[in-house]
Amino acid sequence: MAEEKDLQVQNAEKQEIELEDAERTRDRPAFVPRVDIVENDSEIVLVADMPGVGPDSVEVTLEQDRLTINGYVEPMQPEGYALAYAEYRVGDFTRSFTLSNKIDREKIEAVMDKGVLRLHLPKIGPSQVKISVRAG
Amino acid sequence: MLRRPFESTLSPWHEMNRLRREMNRLFDSTYSTRGAPAGYPAMNVWLSKDGAIATAELPGVDPDDIEISVVGDTLTVSGCRDPQDPEENESYHRRERSCGTFSRSFQLNFQVDPEGVEASFENGVLTIGLPRTDADKPKKIEVKTA
Repeated sequence: MAEEKDLQVQNAEKQEIELEDAERTRDRPAFVPRVDIVENDSEIVLVADMPGVGPDSVEVTLEQDRLTINGYVEPMQPEGYALAYAEYRVGDFTRSFTLSNKIDREKIEAVMDKGVLRLHLPKIGPSQVKISVRAG
Repeated sequence: MLRRPFESTLSPWHEMNRLRREMNRLFDSTYSTRGAPAGYPAMNVWLSKDGAIATAELPGVDPDDIEISVVGDTLTVSGCRDPQDPEENESYHRRERSCGTFSRSFQLNFQVDPEGVEASFENGVLTIGLPRTDADKPKKIEVKTA
């Protein structure tokens, strides 16, 4: 379609995280993955770009209401080659989100494919609890 | 088109570029355009005496949508990243990932052997091996003693 072809991809830069309180134990730089958050009727889908991260190197942890995504990357070092020109650095990815309590935490699903992490956060269905009112 | 004097060790401008980016970041909230890579995707190039390896980060792109072409000493990577338009009942809270078409050309300082070009795509990282043509490999020149 002509409209899609005109759309150019911009923003190739990676944003490095600001080190605040705790330092990271790995000596690799850490970057903030770009994320799309889409909400539909039944769930919230979080899509994060983490190139170079395989399905075994992803950690998704949930602590109280804080969801943290961590992706670990092994930097490539081809034998016998020296880096001549670099436009991007290779490093781990980390980002945290605060979840609302509309999310059903037991049913969170994560899928990792081609360097893109998809998190499905189903919303808690409308649980109608009818509260009877007593006259008193 | 990009032409830099490739050396066997890290280019002396690498550290300066990195310093410049850090300084730009201090003054701007976003990167200034001078520090940004020349286009999408950002690429790294590794060199050896046998050839080069170019890597690019293309998460979420289908390998069938990537086109790599090598003409002489120029490498061109182009393709398209699927825009995932929201459905009717969906709404975006955040949209940071960009999508659409991209194209990037690199001019190396040696002729590339098109038969030996290999490309692999793993976990969203595209790796392209670019061997030098035999005619272009650095030759050892014997010094004859008279």
